[in-house]
Amino acid sequence: MLGGAEIDVREMHRNMALTLFDKIWNDHLVAVRPDGRALVYMDRTMLDEVRAPHVFARIEQRGLAVRRPDLTFVVQDHSVATAPGRTETTRADSAEIILATRASSHRHGVRLFDLHDPEQGISHVIAPELGMVLPGGTHACADSHAATVGALGALAFGCGSTELEHILTTQTMALARPATMRLMLHGRLDPVVTAKDVILHVIGRLGVDGAAGHAVELAGPALTAIPVEGRFTLCNMCTELGARTALAAPDDAVFEWLHGRPMVPAGAAWDVALAGWRGLRSDDEARFDTEIDIDCTGLEPQVTWGTDPSQTIGISEAVPDLAAAPPGREAAWRRALAYAALPSGKPITGTPITRAFIGSCTNARLSDLQAAAAVIRGRKVAEGVQAVVVPGSMTVRRQAEALGLDQTFKAAGFEWHESGCAMCAGGSGARANPGERIMSTTNRNFEGRQGRDVRTHLASPAMVVAAAIAGRIVDVRHLVAGEA
Amino acid sequence: MLPFTTLTGIAIPLLIDDINTDQITPAQARRSLHPDYHAAWFSRWRLDEAGNEIADCVLNAPQYRGAPILVTGRNFGCGSAREGAAWAMVARGIRCIVARSFSDFYRANCVQNGILPVTLDQVDMAALERAVTEASGTHPVTVDLEGQAVISPDGERFSFTMDPAERMMLLEGLDDIGLTMKHMSDITGWEQRTAEEQPWLQAIPKV
Repeated sequence: MLGGAEIDVREMHRNMALTLFDKIWNDHLVAVRPDGRALVYMDRTMLDEVRAPHVFARIEQRGLAVRRPDLTFVVQDHSVATAPGRTETTRADSAEIILATRASSHRHGVRLFDLHDPEQGISHVIAPELGMVLPGGTHACADSHAATVGALGALAFGCGSTELEHILTTQTMALARPATMRLMLHGRLDPVVTAKDVILHVIGRLGVDGAAGHAVELAGPALTAIPVEGRFTLCNMCTELGARTALAAPDDAVFEWLHGRPMVPAGAAWDVALAGWRGLRSDDEARFDTEIDIDCTGLEPQVTWGTDPSQTIGISEAVPDLAAAPPGREAAWRRALAYAALPSGKPITGTPITRAFIGSCTNARLSDLQAAAAVIRGRKVAEGVQAVVVPGSMTVRRQAEALGLDQTFKAAGFEWHESGCAMCAGGSGARANPGERIMSTTNRNFEGRQGRDVRTHLASPAMVVAAAIAGRIVDVRHLVAGEA
Repeated sequence: MLPFTTLTGIAIPLLIDDINTDQITPAQARRSLHPDYHAAWFSRWRLDEAGNEIADCVLNAPQYRGAPILVTGRNFGCGSAREGAAWAMVARGIRCIVARSFSDFYRANCVQNGILPVTLDQVDMAALERAVTEASGTHPVTVDLEGQAVISPDGERFSFTMDPAERMMLLEGLDDIGLTMKHMSDITGWEQRTAEEQPWLQAIPKV
């Protein structure tokens, strides 16, 4: 049975072939506990002010200590005010946690990116920006969008507060191994179509639990053609597929992007590290539990119409009716259509908006602000629209100012803020009034997230600027071409 | 952590898919050092703008006050990783959630707080949903973690499977950190080895 033997050899080879996820997981596997949980070492941990005071207090109550303060970082991002000139007490209701975060971070000797720190920003923006997270490394962050940094070829996990206590005291996570999914992005993106449009389309196709229980590896020609900062957007919103984590194999673009950043190894250490990082890719024969192929050719700019990120359409399409709901999703769609208050069968373009928000861990890096500013071309925000830009970090803010982008935004009528999560989840107190409709570069359009009875439409930075200028949802491609 | 063995109590039918963490506990609750999770629990659904209870919200129905079991839809707890969305259940006395499915983050946060997350097969789940809706708080549900079964208000018994690590943790109210601390020499060994092989992972330039 020669043929059978050959197949077995190939089978063996396949069994040895590893995915990128396997390689990093195996490299960081410390032990397997008697209950079956894998202890996976976390190279870097980050937490924010909505968790820090509570978690540090719990650790103190138990008489435990932060095991590696040198690998632990705290940031004030979720609840801080972002309007220029902010202080700890700009918002009376968050002053307490901001001050408690400062005190507890100092007590435990961890590096805090505090309110007035020149490096302050949104955790998922500053972690890669500083080179804190490296290819082949692991990262824990007490926030669901931790996987953003997976774009560098790192393995990142979000977690809750009790899991965070475990990480801070043991430097490991006790995990069940997730299933693996490869999400192949084929084809070529048209101009003005961005990573945001790709990931909204993917979520629309797979649904908000389409990657539940999975570690997602993004791959394919459309992925490698997307600049590194766009890949952060892709990995960031895999959370909205229900993914446990997301990552992409690092390539030369990633290595160039990282080189010279403050926390990245330098000199001879860089060369040694780089040699190892070049092996960070899934083996050709590696098997994934789930394989998904998406063709990005001809994809239009996307915009969401409903109350979850899967409820998305191309900008030339009409708001769907209930008949278009995926099987089993009819009830969710009925609720969403009622909340959205848009007529089914009518184009989404022309829908008036009252606010435009550019910000968040999804779309507030320098390239996002550049893409947004490029749409303005001397035009002004429409009357009756409040438009705000909140850079992802104070570093992004300085870089944008060096390029004069702040002047472009301000001249058009945008507010130019300091950094934080701001209106993404309303945690900073920035909320819209009942009945308002927002075009937003954020990641969640959940009912009430940006204010009671507020409707959120998710889109790319360019699409949000186009809507701000027109005062209604429009196809940015027409605006760029001067038609709208 | 409070161990979970068997629980008998009224089940609330909240048969909506994709209930997210913004619905369970709005983000505003997190700006406080000591949030009132009892009040935050589903506050946008339970309360109007003035803070008055909305009469036709199932969560306000008299027969469901103090009910310890929630029966709900697919992808429950999607969205944020915020643990407050589990603490709000604890604050309201919810000890078991039977859902069509859970988000990974929410499921982990439940187990960390002694809340049993149960999923049944599709046919059984549909039968339980019907029975709980029909019972409307007149007959209780029993959830038996040792026997891995749910007994519906009409007496029908449905079995469920569970990750052994989660089951053990809930049954014994185990301390997760304590379990891992037994592996401290493995952790130290990993750090020493990595400091030699990939020193950049163990030492960070000060910024």
